[in-house]
Amino acid sequence: MNKKLNSRSDILFPILGFLAFLIVISFMLTLIIDVFIDGFEKIKDPSFYTSYPSRFPSQAGILSGWIGTLLVMAGAIFWSLLIGIPAGIYLEEYATKRGIFGKIETIIELNINNLAAVPAIIYGLLALGIFVYRFKFGESILTAGLTLSILMLPVIVVNTREAIRRIPRDIREGAYAVGATKWDTVRDHILPYSLGGILTGLIIAASRAIGETAPLVTIGALTFIAFLPPSPFTSEFPFIAPDKIWEVLMSPFTVLPIQIFNWVSRPQAAFQINAAAAGFVLLILTVLMNALAYYFRQKVRRKYIW
Amino acid sequence: MFSSVAHKKFLDKLMLAVFFTAGFITIFITIGIVYVLLSDSIEFFKEVSIKEFLTEKEWTPVFATKKFGIWPLVAGTFMIAAIAVAVSIPLGLLIAIYLSEYASVRVKEIAKPIIEFLEAIPTVVYGYFTLLFVTPILQKIVPDLEAFNSLAPGIVLGFMILPYTASMAEDAMKGVPQRIREASYALGATKLRTAVTIVIPAAVSGIVAGFILGASRAIGETMVVAIAAGMYPNLTLDPREPIQTMTGYIVQVALGDLPFGSIEYLSIFAVGLALFVIAFVFNSIALWLRSRIREVY
Amino acid sequence: MVIGTMIDSIKNLFLGASDRVSAEEKTRAMQKPEGEIKLEVKDLNFSYGDFRALKNINLNIPTKKITALIGPSGCGKTTLLRCFNRMHDLYPGSRYEGAIIFHPDGINIASPHIDLLDLRRRIGMVFQRPNPFPKSIFENVAYGLRVNGVRDKNLINERVEWALNSAALWDEVKDRLDANAYSLSGGQQQRLCIARAIAIEPDIVLFDEPTSALDPISTSKIEELIIKLKEKLTIIIVTHNMQQAARVSDYTGFMYLGELIEFDRTKKIFTVPSQKLTEDYITGRFG
Repeated sequence: MNKKLNSRSDILFPILGFLAFLIVISFMLTLIIDVFIDGFEKIKDPSFYTSYPSRFPSQAGILSGWIGTLLVMAGAIFWSLLIGIPAGIYLEEYATKRGIFGKIETIIELNINNLAAVPAIIYGLLALGIFVYRFKFGESILTAGLTLSILMLPVIVVNTREAIRRIPRDIREGAYAVGATKWDTVRDHILPYSLGGILTGLIIAASRAIGETAPLVTIGALTFIAFLPPSPFTSEFPFIAPDKIWEVLMSPFTVLPIQIFNWVSRPQAAFQINAAAAGFVLLILTVLMNALAYYFRQKVRRKYIW
Repeated sequence: MFSSVAHKKFLDKLMLAVFFTAGFITIFITIGIVYVLLSDSIEFFKEVSIKEFLTEKEWTPVFATKKFGIWPLVAGTFMIAAIAVAVSIPLGLLIAIYLSEYASVRVKEIAKPIIEFLEAIPTVVYGYFTLLFVTPILQKIVPDLEAFNSLAPGIVLGFMILPYTASMAEDAMKGVPQRIREASYALGATKLRTAVTIVIPAAVSGIVAGFILGASRAIGETMVVAIAAGMYPNLTLDPREPIQTMTGYIVQVALGDLPFGSIEYLSIFAVGLALFVIAFVFNSIALWLRSRIREVY
Repeated sequence: MVIGTMIDSIKNLFLGASDRVSAEEKTRAMQKPEGEIKLEVKDLNFSYGDFRALKNINLNIPTKKITALIGPSGCGKTTLLRCFNRMHDLYPGSRYEGAIIFHPDGINIASPHIDLLDLRRRIGMVFQRPNPFPKSIFENVAYGLRVNGVRDKNLINERVEWALNSAALWDEVKDRLDANAYSLSGGQQQRLCIARAIAIEPDIVLFDEPTSALDPISTSKIEELIIKLKEKLTIIIVTHNMQQAARVSDYTGFMYLGELIEFDRTKKIFTVPSQKLTEDYITGRFG
């Protein structure tokens, strides 16, 4: 009797577990479909993508939002390449964990582990207190890019380290045995063979950052911007004006998530169509980035089978 | 045939310095956070006593008579987190046991990325969905549910933290060596019995660490609660009423124009400091629990 | 007498080749090779962390000969081999005492001030598992030249062809030099690694159990190759395969528990070893 009940549990439980998983999938699908249906009217309207925000919901668009998102993300990725990836390489490939430097390395490691658990909005406070007021970068694209890159840092470091760790010791020894320096080895072997994994991490981190709203609210992203930053490109050689780049970096900005937040908070129902449409655009961007990361990861796994 | 390698050695040293600098800079992020939170909080506590901050039961910084008692915000924060955890743990545990003990490799390969995608969905989209889809539906079921409440955001956050509660629990259970399971099967135990009496107890530190990180994530989450929970600091245990969380308050103040050094400006750093401390404690517990797994095997 | 030596060898087994061995016996066990000496190991002690892996090694490696190091696993033969190109320095916690004199210049390899890049250019290494880089066949061989500052394209082409020829691989790969090294078979990969090691014209090449991951046919090819290479190079090979040591080497050192027990001409070691412990190992009584 008892035995029967027991073996029956092995049939019933997987069904229960699968149902739980189905609940999660239907939750996700409902969310996507709800946003799609609510925003459909605007999603199919081309002028939605080429218009500035407006007091009139029917005329409002996301032009300044998506351009702002593009610029801020470019900044965030730039800082990640400059700090996040090299920091990951240092911890995995250079750190020896000995002597005074070893102590510093342990601190760096602990520090990055802890940063991963800090609520995003705290980074907003950091950026507000340091970048906006103390460094006087203002409520600008530069500040926003820096803020998001800090958010991306832990994800990038973890993924960089994992990608490097997958390269076997033999390969490094093979390089050192013919007289390569550490930098030779990193440049010629470690970086090329781990690049796919590192990029996967970068894309995953960027896909998280692109939807991030709270820290940008605290650093004072504007919700109503009816102009674009000046274009840094010129018609004459070298086709790019350095002083204009500074102007771009220092210009006020809005991003897609901020635009959505603003529209959701409006009492008029018409704005909620805009919010849903912009939300759907943002959702598609994150889906695409995650799919790209997934594809990259599979490809890398197949390319280097050690 | 071989040229001098002096410049190579120099380059090698230079690159070491470059990589080390990149790593070293990251320390300044934490230093910056602690410095900003502390220095602005100290300014804040010059005007509002710590005693008031910790004992007053009202939070009315925008009223004429300003009161700064953090409890309504803390209560709101923990209530939402509690609802989220209450939704997430049973769901997450069911999924984790299913994936780790029953599901085929193919199901797992599809299921894990889907569950992890829950964390990638922009929180502002969750906020929209909560306010305009989940709450209206719940209003048909739960009587007297207000348009802003803590129930709906709590439930949605429960799904949002599944990557911690389900996925991390599954990772922990997967880490239990197969030989332990086989010993149990050999005695005639069913998979479920093995999972409940052998696997879960063996993986319990990892599972609980996932729960705690999930709770910590729910406590720090901002946009869903800022959009759907209301902006009303309210010391209540009724999930149907509007409330305000710590993160919600920071957003509310930040949306206005913030003069540097004003009491409102300073207050969000004091709230931020409290939030940071809570998150730090949760994270430390989770890290400690996870380090225990490594000791076992 | 017989019983006495048996007891001795049993004691040796448990205690390690101990300090009880008399000085006279020690010199008898360490034969000086004939001809020019390439490496002169003097009282070498090596440890990582708190573990003393090599104890008072004294050894002379002859020029343009093949020297084999044999012994049971964990005896320190690979550890000794990796001292010669200071491979241990890649990992923290290694410490050298004593000297390894590299003739004819007379530089001390075990010195902390030595130029490791130059040393590794002059002492190449072939590893236990074939470890080509996931790059083209050509780039694998050219890599050593490139990191050592060779820019001249013609010279690189010439050296790559020479190295692949010397490694008996040229005919098999000359039509697909751009193919990825991983498209080669295991034996070919190992010969590619040999080509990579010799392309930069080292004085010495260290082989660390180079055939342990290969099939018998590939193994015999590599062995032939190693014998051919001694015309130009000094070779030190670590192997756990005693037949291999007997087949290829001119001199053999037997190691046990971090000590060099006996060093002599290979023929002598495998026929009339002077130490009981060596004999026990060679006859398969342990190991």
